[in-house]
Amino acid sequence: MKLKGRAIFEGKAEGRALVSSSPMSFYGGVNPDTGEVVERGSELVGQSVKGRVLVFPHGKGSTVGSYVLYRLAKNGAAPCAIVNAKCETIVAVGAIISEIPCVDLVDVGKIKPDVRVRVDGATVEF
Amino acid sequence: MHLTREEEGMLAGEQGHATRKAMQILVALGKIYDADRMVRVSSVQVSGVSYKNLGDAGLEYLSELAKDGRARVKTTLNPAGMSLTDWKSQGINGGFAEKQLKVIEAYRKLGVEISCTCTPYLAGNEPGFGQHIAWGESSAVVYANSVIGARTNREGGPSALAASLAGRTPLYGLHIQENRVPTVAVDVETQLEQPEDFAAMGYFVGRAVKDGIPLFRGVARATLEDLKTISAALASSGGVAMFHLEGLTPEAALGARSLEALTFTKKELTETKSMLNDEGTPDFISVGCPHCSLAELAMLARLLSGRRVKREFWICCSREVKRQGDEAGYSSLIEGSGAKFALDTCMVVAPVEELGYKVVATNSAKACHYLRNAGLKVRFMPLEECVTEATRSS
Repeated sequence: MKLKGRAIFEGKAEGRALVSSSPMSFYGGVNPDTGEVVERGSELVGQSVKGRVLVFPHGKGSTVGSYVLYRLAKNGAAPCAIVNAKCETIVAVGAIISEIPCVDLVDVGKIKPDVRVRVDGATVEF
Repeated sequence: MHLTREEEGMLAGEQGHATRKAMQILVALGKIYDADRMVRVSSVQVSGVSYKNLGDAGLEYLSELAKDGRARVKTTLNPAGMSLTDWKSQGINGGFAEKQLKVIEAYRKLGVEISCTCTPYLAGNEPGFGQHIAWGESSAVVYANSVIGARTNREGGPSALAASLAGRTPLYGLHIQENRVPTVAVDVETQLEQPEDFAAMGYFVGRAVKDGIPLFRGVARATLEDLKTISAALASSGGVAMFHLEGLTPEAALGARSLEALTFTKKELTETKSMLNDEGTPDFISVGCPHCSLAELAMLARLLSGRRVKREFWICCSREVKRQGDEAGYSSLIEGSGAKFALDTCMVVAPVEELGYKVVATNSAKACHYLRNAGLKVRFMPLEECVTEATRSS
């Protein structure tokens, strides 16, 4: 299936989907060194975002979260791409400063966990 | 989104790497929030200063930008994780201090004033009514929009810095008058006698209205200290970016009058205050969240004059307000009691939990909120009682 969204940060990437059905907080929610999700109550606790196409509705929490994405990228533990239903400031800024391909305005419910996803500009294919 | 020819060039890298990165951020935000153009800003307040939050990667990002990036407008800085000069006596370790000072050096190279305060409006960054600005620091955002009538969205550290490096921000949200109207009314049916009452009300209302714009009705007067603390409280329990006080703040007459209304009575005031109090005897007392005003230093000087502080007592304020306190003779009375000025930092961004303290007494609802998140116990009390607590034998 091919979905057309909106490119927040243009780029190409391919990886397995890691899907959260609820909004994600990066500051305090993801370990900036390892990429492990540590947010209490998150369905992804214990899994790592490293190298995955991270799919979630939108970001939440502290704006410091943008720097957490940057730390992940510098530590080689960032997702290879981000797909959102509706991107907001924290994730958009984080993706841009970290140069992680990021697409939004996509029906994220259609993307099943673990499928292979290819992101290219504004398109998401799986 | 329409960009001018100059802005297109900035985005293409004609004015260097940092400007390009800044424009990428601003254009993406403009896209997300449907801005049709950029607007020039006259003032920026940058958050994201404590090394505790930035880590090495954040430091690297700032250092990279500092190679060719320069602030284009007046830009001031939020508090750091320690005093820039007296970190040793605060118990901060040398490794942390070295990194924190590198963060500060990167900001200095970027042309940012090393003001290290959450109250830029008391320390020389004073925008005028109707001016477009880009501020981080949620309490200062609320104060600027509500009390000054300047226009800013709730910026994060990188987006505020981007606005400074490009001199612009996308025109959306609270930059547009029709988005500044109240969305919910609050009928205040109790006497608010001191700043702590305003703080408790802000904490209660922030939780109830989330990111709405409350219009408070029935408040007869408010001091700078009342407005400063309610701004901080509204932004910590909720995501409020602006409020109105009928008859008092400059844009309170905007918008429709038929609003859904909450009531705030003696009952909510008492319950909120009690909710902000844990068990335990305070071993750390701190005032100045947001940073103290000169009037607060005057009050502290009067209360502390001739007394001895028996427990760790931090008075957080900007270097600018401290300087005014020195001239007025307040600082020597305060320091003579054994109380410590905590400049450049505060009890929320300094690693207080790592300094071994367990129970913090403070007059700030915002500080209670964040200190609790950091695992400390809190006692919420008026400034006068904070002094009593600090000077009493435990």
